[in-house]
Amino acid sequence: MDFSILIGGAAGQGLDTSAQILELILKRCGYNVFTYRDYMSRVRGGHNFTQIRFSDKDISSFTEKVDIVLALNEETILLHKDRLKEGGTIICDKEIAHEDGVLPLPFKKILSKIKNQKVYNTIGLGVILKYFNIPIDIGEEAVNKLFKEKASYDNVLALKEGYSLIDGKYNLKLKEDKKIIINGNKALALGAIAAGCKFYCGYPMTPSTSILSYFSSKSNEMGIMVDQVEDEVAALNMALGASYAGVRAMTGSSGGGFALMVEALSFAGIVEIPVVIVDAQRPGPATGLSTRTEQGDLRFVIHAGHGEFPRMVMALRSPEDAFYQTARAFNIADKYQIPVIILTDLYLADYTNTIDPFDFSRIKIERHISDGKDIDGEYKRYEITDSGISPRLIPGKVDGQVVLADSHEHDEYGHITEDPDIRTEMATKRMKKIDLLKDEIQEPWLIGEEKPEILIVCWGSTYGAVKEAVSKLIEEDYSIGALVFGDIWPLPTRRLMELAKTAERIVDIEQNLTGQLDSLIREETPYKSDYKILKFDGRPFSGEEIYRRLKKEVLKR
Amino acid sequence: MNCEYKLYEPSWCPGCGNYMIRTALKMALEELKIEPHEVVLVSGIGQAAKMPHYIKVNGFNGLHGRAIPPAIGIKLANKDLKVIVESGDGDSYGEGGNHFIHAIRRNIDIAHFVHDNQIYGLTKGQGSPTTAMGQKTTLQFDGVKVEPIKPLALALTMGAGFVARGFSGDIPHLVYLMKEAIKYKGYALVDILQPCVVWNKVNTFAWYKNRVYHLPDDYDYTNKEEAMKKALEFDERIPIGILYREEKETYEDRFDFIKNGPPLVDRQLNPMDAERLMEEFK
Repeated sequence: MDFSILIGGAAGQGLDTSAQILELILKRCGYNVFTYRDYMSRVRGGHNFTQIRFSDKDISSFTEKVDIVLALNEETILLHKDRLKEGGTIICDKEIAHEDGVLPLPFKKILSKIKNQKVYNTIGLGVILKYFNIPIDIGEEAVNKLFKEKASYDNVLALKEGYSLIDGKYNLKLKEDKKIIINGNKALALGAIAAGCKFYCGYPMTPSTSILSYFSSKSNEMGIMVDQVEDEVAALNMALGASYAGVRAMTGSSGGGFALMVEALSFAGIVEIPVVIVDAQRPGPATGLSTRTEQGDLRFVIHAGHGEFPRMVMALRSPEDAFYQTARAFNIADKYQIPVIILTDLYLADYTNTIDPFDFSRIKIERHISDGKDIDGEYKRYEITDSGISPRLIPGKVDGQVVLADSHEHDEYGHITEDPDIRTEMATKRMKKIDLLKDEIQEPWLIGEEKPEILIVCWGSTYGAVKEAVSKLIEEDYSIGALVFGDIWPLPTRRLMELAKTAERIVDIEQNLTGQLDSLIREETPYKSDYKILKFDGRPFSGEEIYRRLKKEVLKR
Repeated sequence: MNCEYKLYEPSWCPGCGNYMIRTALKMALEELKIEPHEVVLVSGIGQAAKMPHYIKVNGFNGLHGRAIPPAIGIKLANKDLKVIVESGDGDSYGEGGNHFIHAIRRNIDIAHFVHDNQIYGLTKGQGSPTTAMGQKTTLQFDGVKVEPIKPLALALTMGAGFVARGFSGDIPHLVYLMKEAIKYKGYALVDILQPCVVWNKVNTFAWYKNRVYHLPDDYDYTNKEEAMKKALEFDERIPIGILYREEKETYEDRFDFIKNGPPLVDRQLNPMDAERLMEEFK
């Protein structure tokens, strides 16, 4: 079984709360849930919708076709009626039920009975519950969890009223609820907190803002300093100050804010202070599409910053990956004293998915900080070593030793120098870390066939949709597999080189205009893709779209 | 305990006011009996910003205009450190103007010493945010055509709790100001007038020397209106001293977990402590 429910209306109509209640109810029933949110850059009006998909199988994408539409306004009916599956239902108030096949219900009448205009959506949720014959007490529990007392009372009334409006159509079998439900940004922030991040600062910018607000909500409880800075220039410089003083520090923004951090990114390179930076991508250039998604910043973050210095870039593939990879990013930043950039995007930032609970015992905190006992004589912050990594002292922690961090080219002590030999030695020392990183990086995940004829290459958040498309094609006996890159700079090439040798065709799938991963592959390996499936309209790929385009554009040729 | 601050050979021009400011800084820190490893000197870029290279102390020599943000990060990460920002007028009021304003809003416990020579030294003589209107420079050939920033007045209107002006040619007085600023719990601004012997032929040592005067003994530095008048007095006479002082809660003390706990850098880290946060997603 596999159902999708769409709730649509204008901004300000409480769509998100309703979606949260419904996804919690379905999770409580023991089902896998995937919720995709599509919203405009406005606080009131416009058209927003949320799609809640649930199934007894693993799901990692949304679907184009839906079973039920809960329309909070007439526009929703007009925009989404064609997406209804055969036998699907549109639920709405009878005043806006002008189309055929729409189920008109007395929402307005119930509202006047409860005397609370805000419970409109919950009546609809009651109808949906009844449609699937879900016990009302599961609905009540979810409502009580998400609303405060008074609101909760009225919403339970509304839920019950809705529940009594129709006859049930489907008997949903109840199963054990063993999962958590979380979006990419909260999973990312939770990974950082588990890793001991004690400092997060940022300037609000969609779609990174929910990282900032999640951190802020845990600030007192977890003892984490969270600062809403005056601008993103301050953000990275401040995080670098906090890290210099010895705490794990992170900042995040979207591409535009990341652009403002670029000078400080270059600074992080020469000053050799560990830091983790999140770029939650949205379509550019410039302001672009504020509340839409894209993978357009890959090349940008790999090359951003004047001068040459090592960095690592990792792309997050799912909420689960977001948790573990973010925690790992801090260890890598500390070990190599480099900036680690985490790439996510609006789609992954916002969608919620049921996943196995995180295993916190898997998180290891490795700081690589010297206590000073191994330092002979005067401390050299930039001591030349075989590995290129100099011992790191924290200022104030070792009596008699001072730590000098410098943005100029500097000698081993951190003092300004223009000496050509020292410059050559220091630049070489720093860049040695990129070779060490090549042993640190993880190969891309392989999904599908182990030795596929059709080899897909993709990265980051397209993972879920690609996975669904690949499984479907394997069921149809295609020899197909996909390499999904997480660690992406330096680019891990071992697994790709192996599979590319035997693959008949390589297909690049990305959410950008120019195929940035493909260009990276051409640069780093003797291979390139034979075909590209690209999408840059600001909307995420569904599994169905990738399946359809692979069939039409690649497999039929 | 060793509170002696070692000095390194600077690359400043002979006669530069920076030498006197460094002498005052060394004396202030030594008299306060703070050890070099307990202090961080944070700077941006400019001649003044080279200070962390010329006195042995923890140093963070960052980007142009960006001395304040890392200073804030350092103080929040380790409240036990004495954090001093030492930079020029271009760095503090020009490139870093936005950070200056917002540092005052926060009132974080850092001392900010601005070497104000009313000119750009490192880049050879262009107008700075404090260069007087009409003054000819190596870039503004017909004279500067924008109004100068009035840093002390700006700081006062933003609500700064410690606003002072010093002069590099009056070392004992400057040592006093620096000590008071370092001891002050909150954001403390000391704008330090200094000649640039090469690039500023107007605001010379003699120009300052003839104008500066100590605020009288009976001056009431808790009177904000009076302080505003003194902050704007920059003509034939220039007052030096603590113009305004008010005790205020610091930014870091507004966070209970910082105020009532060990410095963040000393907290024990255990991933299992965060496991309970998963409850809300169940």
